[in-house]
Amino acid sequence: MMKWIAIAALSSVAGMASAEAVAPADVQFDDYGAVEVSLSGTPGDAANGAAIVGDKKQGNCVACHQVGALADIPFQGEIGPALNGAGDRWTEAELRGIVSNSKKTFEGSMMPSYYKTTGYIRPGDAFTGKAASEPLPPLMDAQMIEDVVAFLATLKE
Amino acid sequence: MNFKATLACAAFVASVAPAAFAGEDAELVLNGEIPIVTTAPAPAHLDGVLGDEIKSGWLFRSDETQATQMDDFDNPGMIFVDQAQASWDTVEGSEGKSCASCHNDPAESMKGVRATYPKWNEEAGEVRTLAMQINDCRENQMGAEPWKYDKGDIVSMEALISVQSRGMPVNVAIDGPAQSTWEQGKEMYYTRYGQFELSCANCHEDNFGNMIRADHLSQGQINGFPVYRLKNTKLNGSHSRFKGCIRDTRAETFNPGSPEFVALELYVASRGNGLSVEAPSVRN
Ligand code: HEC
Ligand code: HEC
Ligand code: HEC
Repeated sequence: MMKWIAIAALSSVAGMASAEAVAPADVQFDDYGAVEVSLSGTPGDAANGAAIVGDKKQGNCVACHQVGALADIPFQGEIGPALNGAGDRWTEAELRGIVSNSKKTFEGSMMPSYYKTTGYIRPGDAFTGKAASEPLPPLMDAQMIEDVVAFLATLKE
Repeated sequence: MNFKATLACAAFVASVAPAAFAGEDAELVLNGEIPIVTTAPAPAHLDGVLGDEIKSGWLFRSDETQATQMDDFDNPGMIFVDQAQASWDTVEGSEGKSCASCHNDPAESMKGVRATYPKWNEEAGEVRTLAMQINDCRENQMGAEPWKYDKGDIVSMEALISVQSRGMPVNVAIDGPAQSTWEQGKEMYYTRYGQFELSCANCHEDNFGNMIRADHLSQGQINGFPVYRLKNTKLNGSHSRFKGCIRDTRAETFNPGSPEFVALELYVASRGNGLSVEAPSVRN
């Protein structure tokens, strides 16, 4: 069946490198869903973020969004708005909040929460269809979130 | 009808099939003689959530996939119907009976049956899917082993029975004793399962017609089941499709034949009340 999103196994390296990493349960969202503090404490790498956004096995954001800057990636979805100009519309803190847990910015959003580990209904073990117990590994680790945010910040009209 | 023999010339038939199809506006007439309703007024219980119209999944497929379903000689699902006709006539079990012993010719006895399933069975006091009814006859009428849910034998038999209702409107009852099961299915339809927190409605109600990566989202209707999928080259039951869709939300899924999927099937079928029975349909 359609594997429209697949998430790569998370490496444990990220966890070791960043003593300052904010754990998913400790992320502070403001009233509008923004997150001021870097999750990893290490500046994001926009090029790596672009790869994550386009990669079926990682963020796969293009399953739902068109991204003009990644025009070479085929089959971009049309569930959410095109991300062109996202860096103009949102501050870095807002983007970090949207990617970490979009539901704090857009109530009831269809967009998955990429840095959340609990509070699911019938959580599964990745795509096996089998049960998994919480906390789940988040869909992306802290540095991946920072890399994606760095890439989104470059998307200017 | 013998579909096996005629399939050999499918290639020739395909080459003379009309070339022009129009995606979501296309019209489906099977074998040039059975008109199929692929767009129908939305049933009242939907309260407008899908707009005015419900649509068959056939409309959302590519021109080539659409064409494969238009003629039984091209439709690979018909091979399984042919196989089920043989098993219809086969004696099995302690009572020395076949389906034919009691139901004679399925073209007569099974006409219209598929359109009303899942349905309430008074004696058993339960909502039964077509598969459950077939297995009930095997166990309690024939003294034979039940077939495994959504596996080859039973899905083929469902296709044979469904073919006798092609072109007739889906018409499952949702009130009376079936209502609580229907409500359970409805609740599941709107539950956001798994780590992606997605409900059936997120994709098939709010986003039908949109692309999700390479997939063109339909309304997730089941009037075409069992479905021949080009992807796995076999007939598939609706519970297997439900299972795949839930698994892909990174959730713990349910099993084919489970009470949960029986309830979900009743509810999803009722969202298609008014569309024609199309099985075996062809999808990617
Ligand atoms: C299942 C579909 C889906 C996926 C996958 C998805 N999004 Fe979204 N996203 C949405 C929707 C829908 C919205 C619109 C907000 C709402 O719900 O009202 C949105 C909104 C956004 C916005 C704000 C839109 C704007 O430009 O104003 C950003 C930024 C964003 N998403 C980034 C991402 C990133 C980065 C990823 C991958 C890590 C991603 N999305 C994955 C569905 C998705
Ligand atoms: C010994 C006789 C007998 C045999 C053999 C038998 N059935 Fe039945 N079948 C019945 C009876 C009686 C009913 C109605 C029972 C009921 O409503 O609970 C029935 C009902 C059905 C129905 C439901 C019809 C409707 O209108 O809802 C289907 C479908 C069906 N049988 C399929 C089969 C298949 C397929 C086989 C062979 C695998 C089979 N039956 C073998 C006696 C038989
Ligand atoms: C992430 C989006 C998504 C979710 C959530 C989802 N599906 Fe699907 N489903 C798809 C895609 C993609 C297809 C293949 C294209 C199509 O027909 O929509 C599909 C196909 C189907 C089909 C086959 C339709 C046909 O014409 O053959 C059915 C039935 C179905 N889904 C039912 C469900 C049910 C019931 C649920 C909830 C348990 C569900 N889906 C949840 C994406 C989804």
